[in-house]
Amino acid sequence: MNQDIFATLCQLLEPFNSAKIALKPETDISADLNIDSVSVMDFVMEVEDHFDIEIPLNVLSETRSLADLVKVVEGRLAKV
Amino acid sequence: MTDLFDKHRGIAERHERMMSLGVNAVSLTNDRILSPTRAIINGRETVLAGTNNYMGITFEPDCIAAGQEALGLYGTGTTGSRIANGSYALHRDLEKELAGFLNRTHCIMFTTGYQANLGMLAGLAGPKDTIYLDADSHSSIYDGCTLSGAKLVRFRHNDASDLDKRLARSEEGGGRLVVLEGIYSMLGDRAPLADFVEVKKKHGFQLLVDEAHSFGVLGPNGRGLADEAGLEDDVDFVVGTFSKSIGAIGGFGAGNHPLFNMLRYASRPYMFTASPSPATVATSLAAIRKLKAEPERRERLAVNSARLFNGFKGLGLALGCDSVSPIVAVNCPDEVSTIAMWNALLNAGVYVNIALPPGTPGKQCLLRCSVSAAHTFEDIDRIIALFGEVVAQGHYKKAS
Ligand SMILES: Cc1ncc(COP(=O)(O)O)c(C=O)c1O
Repeated sequence: MNQDIFATLCQLLEPFNSAKIALKPETDISADLNIDSVSVMDFVMEVEDHFDIEIPLNVLSETRSLADLVKVVEGRLAKV
Repeated sequence: MTDLFDKHRGIAERHERMMSLGVNAVSLTNDRILSPTRAIINGRETVLAGTNNYMGITFEPDCIAAGQEALGLYGTGTTGSRIANGSYALHRDLEKELAGFLNRTHCIMFTTGYQANLGMLAGLAGPKDTIYLDADSHSSIYDGCTLSGAKLVRFRHNDASDLDKRLARSEEGGGRLVVLEGIYSMLGDRAPLADFVEVKKKHGFQLLVDEAHSFGVLGPNGRGLADEAGLEDDVDFVVGTFSKSIGAIGGFGAGNHPLFNMLRYASRPYMFTASPSPATVATSLAAIRKLKAEPERRERLAVNSARLFNGFKGLGLALGCDSVSPIVAVNCPDEVSTIAMWNALLNAGVYVNIALPPGTPGKQCLLRCSVSAAHTFEDIDRIIALFGEVVAQGHYKKAS
């Protein structure tokens, strides 16, 4: 797993992680952090803008953990 | 075995918590409806200021008579979809009348406004296309997007330059549909349509505007935001509902594309549900004619809306947006105080909507009022005064 991307994602997730739960690659973004679906979409918007990539909402249904999202970002960056 | 209801335990806890704080908005019962602006709630006559009954048209004698006549002539229900059972003359009459009202070549009626968004979005966009939707879009837009199977890209609310950026970022291929709302249902703000039309000219896409809260309300002809902004030619598809300004139930999609009617054979939310009941179609048709014949309702609504908006401003309340629309939302500090204030208002005799996260933009807690043309100045002033009393009673501190 790309550690740099993971670290950036953790940073971007911080404002949404109000319960201050420790973030691990296997952390489930919505279930473990107990954040609602709108906040997940808002977080992903920040990720899109930070990396200047497009992450369509459809991709999110199969993206559960932070590690999953790292893979998505990597894949999208490779396409640019 | 996993209990399928396990995932709803969080909702149950929240529901319990809200009930313990007093009467719950989601289980409130209107025992009797006296008029577009009055109901009996908990045995008391209450001013209704959260109904979306913008034109105050739910008790018009001629609309009621039209519904009664249709019941006698066509029966209680259509017992099937128009694809299976055929259309009634009334369905055709309504679509023709509405197309005329909207100044569009084609119009399709759906059974609800929710289904109108499902039907239009899933009919227009497919898996090879991309839909760009405003972040604050109504759930029916989100659900229609999901049903379409299209690629979904969300842009920042009312931010045309953000859409511009996302369009530039997009990969090639497929059609592109951008979806906006005329007036956003929670905060009452309008889409900055001219800015979006600029982006449309730059990138080329098809544009759909859901005028659910603006149809009948905005524009010199009451056709909605695009009519108000003078940009109807730039909007390819209009969606709307009969549940608000029309005071009935049902929805529509309209446009000028020569193949528009093919949506009837391509859109599952049109094909696989029963068509609207005769009485509903008849009251909707009568209401559309009434809106056309009585533009003074629209003027009255604008005056009432400004009166409430300015009254709230005068109280120092933090409002959902800076422009006057029939939706006037008061921003409250937190869930507990919002519920307390909502209860205090109801006990004092005024019903408004309570809107809490995640159903609201930016996690805001809102007391949402919707103004009606049928409100008297006395009603509006009473609503303002009651909000004032609740402020005075310390239920509410200006949200920062
Ligand atoms: C923006 C918007 N679109 C669509 C709908 C759905 O309309 P209806 O309630 O008539 O199904 C609503 C309201 O509920 C809405 O606010």
